[in-house]
Amino acid sequence: MGHTLSTLAYLVASVLFILALRGLSHPETSRQGNLFGMIGMGIAIVATLFTKGMGFGGIVLIIAGLGIGGTVGTIVAQRIQMTALPQLVAAFHSLVGMAAVFVAAAAFYAPESFGIGTRGHIKAASLVEMSLGLAIGAITFSGSVIAFAKLAGKMSGAPITFNGQHWLNLGLGLLLLLLVIIFVATGSGVLFWLIAILSFALGFLLIIPIGGADMPVVVSMLNSYSGWAAAGIGFTIGNLLLIVTGALVGASGAILSYIMCKGMNRSIINVLLGGFGSEGGTAAAGADAGDRPPVKAGSPEDAAYMMKNAQKIIVVPGYGMAVAQAQQVLREMADLLKKEGAEIKYAIHPVAGRMPGHMNVLLAEANVPYDEVFELEEINPEFADADVAFVIGANDVTNPAAKTDKSSAIYGMPILDVERAKTVFFIKRGMSSGYAGVENELFYRPNTMMLFGDAKKVTQEIVQALQR
Amino acid sequence: MNPTELANQATAAAHRALELAEQARRMAEAAAPVAAAAEPFLYLLTIFLLACFVGYHVVWNVTPALHSPLMGVTNAISSVIVVGAILAAGTADGVAARIFGFLAVTLAAVNIFGGFMVTRRMLAMFKKKGS
Repeated sequence: MGHTLSTLAYLVASVLFILALRGLSHPETSRQGNLFGMIGMGIAIVATLFTKGMGFGGIVLIIAGLGIGGTVGTIVAQRIQMTALPQLVAAFHSLVGMAAVFVAAAAFYAPESFGIGTRGHIKAASLVEMSLGLAIGAITFSGSVIAFAKLAGKMSGAPITFNGQHWLNLGLGLLLLLLVIIFVATGSGVLFWLIAILSFALGFLLIIPIGGADMPVVVSMLNSYSGWAAAGIGFTIGNLLLIVTGALVGASGAILSYIMCKGMNRSIINVLLGGFGSEGGTAAAGADAGDRPPVKAGSPEDAAYMMKNAQKIIVVPGYGMAVAQAQQVLREMADLLKKEGAEIKYAIHPVAGRMPGHMNVLLAEANVPYDEVFELEEINPEFADADVAFVIGANDVTNPAAKTDKSSAIYGMPILDVERAKTVFFIKRGMSSGYAGVENELFYRPNTMMLFGDAKKVTQEIVQALQR
Repeated sequence: MNPTELANQATAAAHRALELAEQARRMAEAAAPVAAAAEPFLYLLTIFLLACFVGYHVVWNVTPALHSPLMGVTNAISSVIVVGAILAAGTADGVAARIFGFLAVTLAAVNIFGGFMVTRRMLAMFKKKGS
């Protein structure tokens, strides 16, 4: 295929990718968008296969790679449970990172194929671009591996911190810069792999201090990195499609990181420096614990009785719901209450769950219609005329201390105003504080009733009581 | 004006045109290395920045309810790096580059198929009330 024709094909693919993202502005158009994305990818792959100089052996190699990878990817995507989505996405990001490293290596060992010079005499500008793609790709890889391990519970989600951690990272970052400069000056293969190894180490060290519940930010950020890595490789090999797509993905991940940080009222720097949530539950027993009013605990039967007579119920799901796999039985409860004449709405906090939009997917999986699910700004004014706020597996995102207590770790974080509802039910396993290590004063309010136990079990008991 | 004169004038004009063309060619040749060094990069950078703006505006329009599928799609399309991998696996000189290309094709393919498939599964679940 001629150069003009392949460039045209890449242009069409770029437009289709933009349309794929555009489709996601509404659930109705999103499926079509995804299809556009697939077509775009197909066009890009076929156009590349027709490149001049593509031999039969090469095509066999490529088809083999596509076949093996495609089979693995399809099987994994079909089998994965929706609760395991965050770790799947993290794992996928690591693959993009590693692929970027491999393409950079291929460009380094066969620069002629990409028109950037000859072996050992690669243009300086190309070497700069190559080291960018390589370093970002390697950081994406090892960072995503750690994010995967934390999300999948293969390593503790607790932050791993040690003295001088940030100085070490800064030092390694400067060392990386120095290696890149020497690499560009000498074009040495040893330097290429030193950059790769150092970047792997850096990605690893950057993510270990970040706690489990900050993972939505980390996953979004690695999403962004995988885009920048693709763009870096695009600059190296002078490919428009890679540059455009890399920019789209990079921008998308950056916006998601920003939204997540805003949802916690923390700066991206604060999240990245890590160590947040390391106190666990130690701050729970405050000095003024003595003069607290007693906590009111209720039974599932009490809750069922009160909700049966309610007009409007707002459900607030959190990560605890996902852990207990309670979404299905939650929807059953909602169906029964609807039959009793209640109006049910779901309130989603931006950082609920372990990745952006995690709760929405889980509710959709349980057949909750998407027009019953609302964002924080939409739903907050409605708590005042709700009879019941049903909090299942969420904690910090409902804590009114974020609005009033300036000394609190979560002060300034936007929260769901559940305390305005006539009655608040809290399903919780115990009295421990949430991720931020802050006690939730809501537990002690007279209109709050605690339902102690596993989220799924308690909801099941409510369903049974409703059916009686 | 007689035909001979006309023919002579035409020939002279043609010669002049040829000379000019030759001059233009020499100038272009002299300018080429300079242009080749600076222009492609600036050209690519322009496209990159414009694409960042497009991405910024398109992504802010994505409804927060679909942020998980957004990650799925962006993950799949970032594997467009497969283009570079295919070029390496199919056209590169040397075994090392071909092997790196093959490995990159395989990894990117996991992502492409996995990313689009899992997004499709997610999107299929989003239903309206009563449907």
